[in-house]
Amino acid sequence: MSNLEDLYREVILDHYRTPRNKGELPPPAICTEGANPLCGDEIRIFLDVADGVVRDVRFSGHGCSISQASASMMTAAVKGQPVADVRAVAKRFKQMMTIEEDDGQAPADVRLGDIEALQGVVKYPVRIKCAVLGWNTLLAGLDSAKA
Amino acid sequence: MTLDVAAIRREFPLLCRRVADKPIHYLDSANTSHKPESVINAMSTFMRESYSPIGRSSYSLASEASDSYEAARTKVARFINARTSREVVFTRNATESLNLAAQSWGRANLTRGDVVVLTHMEHHSNIVPWQMLAKEKGVEIRWVPLTKDFQLDLAPLEQLLRGAKAFAFTSMSNVLGTINPTRELCAAAHAAGAIAIVDGCQSVPHMATDVQQWDADMLAFSSHKMCGPTGVGVFWARENLLDSMPPFLGGGGMISEVRLDNFTCAELPHKFEAGTPPIVEVIGLGAAVDFLERVGMSEVRRHEIELTNYAYHALTARYGDDITIHGPVNPEVRGATFSFAFRGVHPHDVSQVLDQHNVYVRAGHHCAKPLMRLIGANATARASMYLYSNEADVDALVEALDDVSSIF
Repeated sequence: MSNLEDLYREVILDHYRTPRNKGELPPPAICTEGANPLCGDEIRIFLDVADGVVRDVRFSGHGCSISQASASMMTAAVKGQPVADVRAVAKRFKQMMTIEEDDGQAPADVRLGDIEALQGVVKYPVRIKCAVLGWNTLLAGLDSAKA
Repeated sequence: MTLDVAAIRREFPLLCRRVADKPIHYLDSANTSHKPESVINAMSTFMRESYSPIGRSSYSLASEASDSYEAARTKVARFINARTSREVVFTRNATESLNLAAQSWGRANLTRGDVVVLTHMEHHSNIVPWQMLAKEKGVEIRWVPLTKDFQLDLAPLEQLLRGAKAFAFTSMSNVLGTINPTRELCAAAHAAGAIAIVDGCQSVPHMATDVQQWDADMLAFSSHKMCGPTGVGVFWARENLLDSMPPFLGGGGMISEVRLDNFTCAELPHKFEAGTPPIVEVIGLGAAVDFLERVGMSEVRRHEIELTNYAYHALTARYGDDITIHGPVNPEVRGATFSFAFRGVHPHDVSQVLDQHNVYVRAGHHCAKPLMRLIGANATARASMYLYSNEADVDALVEALDDVSSIF
């Protein structure tokens, strides 16, 4: 289906079929749950944060191709990164998803890399929630790590 | 005479719409139905020519509007075979009707340790109002389980109902399509000394309803699933129950007298209709009842049995084990609502691909999360049909599903 090519790009389907960092981390890793009440998707993000760095990350749960691929790409992008950089990437991603305005807070040099492939989701507003589910759950996890 | 689907479809302007220059296949009628020209015109004409407050002002136009409003009530009463139109209360939707049952009857009649029986088939509207009451009053909720063939398991029913004060159940599952034996269930409730509360959201639009034949005590349903507008629902209950129940919402319209230190309630059914009601929508619902009665509810049911047969065989013949339909096989005990899993593809992705073919299905938990957990699905795609659905809609679904495989 040609019309859906910009939504279901090959890199997205690859992450959906072969998710990266799928699984769980044992305590004391932080476990944060997120859900999309509209469609019943549920996700858990496990974070090992030390010295201001996301040393390891996993995700589990179930959801559509967009939510699963987005979570997979997210974990690949943030693993080993300083928390401040992770937040900047998350901010840039949410700006791309048009749910956060570009307030100039995120450094201009933040690169989304493969994650750019999710740009096509914006044309399908109902799916934006699927794409950001993992990211919001990650941010909630980082907040609880700080607390 | 069998139902002339082509003629019926011509009465629904939206079904004639094309998207991306292709016809649309609306398969989400369990969610909400489309509206025939007669309903749209009745509401439009009423607003243009007769609109006025009802039950308040004494000028002739207001009196005419009140008569139209009450005439719609009479139509609804006849449609469900109520003994009198005093038993028909207009609410905002079926959800509000079920909340009315729980908050008015439930709070007045249930105390700590009392039992309300529900079923695993219920959607959130017939679960959460009772859970709210359970939390407040310490009421126990018991659940009637399902059989492997997606029916209610009646074997433990008598035991579950023992000591129960109310049995609230759906007459047709919005997920499985299962049609429940409402009359038997009402009898079982009464044998245990419980009242029978029927959630008719899914069955009332699709087959004849007879509250007297059922021997039910209360019934809730919505206008928008039966060709009427949104914004109005129906709460029906036996007159003696309505008489004994305290008012639900307070305000204008539901009183006969208000003093600084007290108030007295209006006569039935106005006692339960506080504030200005959805006047135009009630007129629309009356027109929807006229429309459905003109077609004939037994014809609607017969058409949907035929379509269920056609869809079941078309889907399973083409896809075999690649499609799992969560619901009974026998079309006599089910409505034309198909929840399904397809080749392990997530329902959101299924519905996204179907959308490209103008095939509109719902993906998700269908506001019945406990049931979804029981059938082992976090979400399903659901294709649901109505009197205007035809074999072309089914064929389009079957064809479009093939495209799902080409992507996933």
